[in-house]
Amino acid sequence: MALTLMKGSEAIAEAAIRAGARFFFGYPITPQTEIPEYMSARMPELGGCYLQAESEVAAINMVYGAAGTGERVITSSSSPGVSLKQEGISYIAGARLPCVILNVMRGGPGLGSIQASQGDYFQGVKGGGNGDYHLLTYAPASIQEAIDIMMFAFDKAEKYRVPVLFLADGIIAQMMEPVEMPEMVDFKVDPEKKPWAATGWKPGDDPKKRAVINSLYINTEELSEHNELLQSVYREIEKNEVLWENYKTEDAEIVVTAFGTVARVVKSAVDELRAEGVKVGLFRPISVWPFPTQALRDTVCRDQVKAVLDVEVNAGQMLEDVKLSINGEKPVDFFGHLGSQFPTTAEIKQKILEMKEAM
Amino acid sequence: MSVVFEKTQLLTDKPFHYCPGCNHGIIHRLVAESIDELVQEGKLEAGNVIGLVFTYQGDGDLASIGTAEIVHAAHRGEKIVTIFVNNAIYGMTGGQMAPTTLVGQKTTTSPYGRDEAWCGAPIKMSEMLAQVPGSYFIQRCAVNNNGNIIKTKKAIKKAMEYQLEGKGFCMIEVLSTCPTNWGLAPVEAMKWLEENMIPYYPLGVYKDKGADEK
Amino acid sequence: MVKVMINELVCKGCGLCVRACPKSVLALAKVKLNAKGYHPAEVVNQEACIGCASCARTCPDVAIRIEKE
Repeated sequence: MALTLMKGSEAIAEAAIRAGARFFFGYPITPQTEIPEYMSARMPELGGCYLQAESEVAAINMVYGAAGTGERVITSSSSPGVSLKQEGISYIAGARLPCVILNVMRGGPGLGSIQASQGDYFQGVKGGGNGDYHLLTYAPASIQEAIDIMMFAFDKAEKYRVPVLFLADGIIAQMMEPVEMPEMVDFKVDPEKKPWAATGWKPGDDPKKRAVINSLYINTEELSEHNELLQSVYREIEKNEVLWENYKTEDAEIVVTAFGTVARVVKSAVDELRAEGVKVGLFRPISVWPFPTQALRDTVCRDQVKAVLDVEVNAGQMLEDVKLSINGEKPVDFFGHLGSQFPTTAEIKQKILEMKEAM
Repeated sequence: MSVVFEKTQLLTDKPFHYCPGCNHGIIHRLVAESIDELVQEGKLEAGNVIGLVFTYQGDGDLASIGTAEIVHAAHRGEKIVTIFVNNAIYGMTGGQMAPTTLVGQKTTTSPYGRDEAWCGAPIKMSEMLAQVPGSYFIQRCAVNNNGNIIKTKKAIKKAMEYQLEGKGFCMIEVLSTCPTNWGLAPVEAMKWLEENMIPYYPLGVYKDKGADEK
Repeated sequence: MVKVMINELVCKGCGLCVRACPKSVLALAKVKLNAKGYHPAEVVNQEACIGCASCARTCPDVAIRIEKE
């Protein structure tokens, strides 16, 4: 298959189209605006629906409506915009509707910056809206990986009836990389497969067979049962859907944990240190919810591993999940940059060498 | 030697970062000069209870994500002046369609031209907010020629005076070019504004309770 | 005699002043470039100037100062 040099935003948008998405609702916000721009040109070509909402709150509620019909629906935004979407996301999770949500993270808090950052990990993974819910959340580290995940994102969303969140960042959206674009999936809503979808009642239909899209349960027992169901789905997802990458960790004495584009900087540091005889490796979560807890323990909780270093562009968010997984069995150090300042390979190397000396 | 025209001290000496020909620069100056004159005329002393409160907003802000907020600010008769710069596009984020983008106008999110059947005709905010009882003075202006620039400044100053007297919600909508995102040179952009925006967004006073009371 | 002074460092060569002037006093430099790479506006016909300040009012970068002896 031929490789095409594409900008991240446009490649991810096209991948969603190839995966069968025909509904996009968005709003301008740097650094993700090329996604709605691309969709505004592409969707009409395929008879799809591109609508620029008046705000991110409106956009996520349009997703709520369209996803209720069983269609493949996607929206994208960046950090402050995703904050505005939290209530809607909680409703969609409560109503068990599949959809895909992209967060192209930028610096925070507040208006923050327009450059890349990793500051929305907590919001995405711990749930930024109200109530007990989770989103199947992936943190791609390259444009190709984002494309590959997109090609199964809708299938997973529909299998578990859960929203899928991409925690990408401004770098992935704005850089260009050669990518392989998969073939177009032939997708059509099949009411038989989605009895829950509100595909419209027609005269002659069985009046009792009605699909009601809802997240309200006035009766608390019913709400409790509903939550039990959601939790059982989340357990299923935790069992089946963890994704991670081990890079040169087989004989590593120090394991670095990192996600997204920061993990690529860590890889450079690992390669250079390996050349200097330092036994260091990278553990990279690809699904950040469900967090690859067992995989991390299998990698880290071995005698040869002396210490763990978590590297992020935030004040230490995935760090907590790393610590929870390791549960105190190995020392976990942290090397973080704040705002939108990405660490350099040299900085990470130096931090690892300092750790090695202290061992 | 006497000064015919010079920059007011109230305006920053930092060069503006706007694109060449962007009308924001003109409007910033009119706001600064209006405040300067109110101070000279003693209408804006330290003791003024309310003090001068104004917002400076674009169409992507006021006519889109901030629509509910501006309607309710007018509804409550908030004692503020809103300078509403309408350039029919999202300028700062790079040229996307806004609720004020004209029918047929091409932008980065209406590449085939705004389609009224799909996303409606552009919103006329001055006419709309004039219907809200709490609004006191609403005028739409432009800065496309010398006469209109002078009128715009008068309107801004008048709105500020009403606001200082605690009369209620005042809004001055100023039509503005966006040369870069319209894909036009600054001079052509002014021409486009005159031939396309002013006909759709007629200039004039849409509410003036002060005049009505006289 | 009216004197029009253009701050060439701040001017972005947008041409609005040239458009606004009723007496063709101003023109954009053909060759000269300022530090930012713009062709700044220049006074090419000071005598014709009637001091109406239309140029200064339309300048988006408030780059024009006008004095009168």
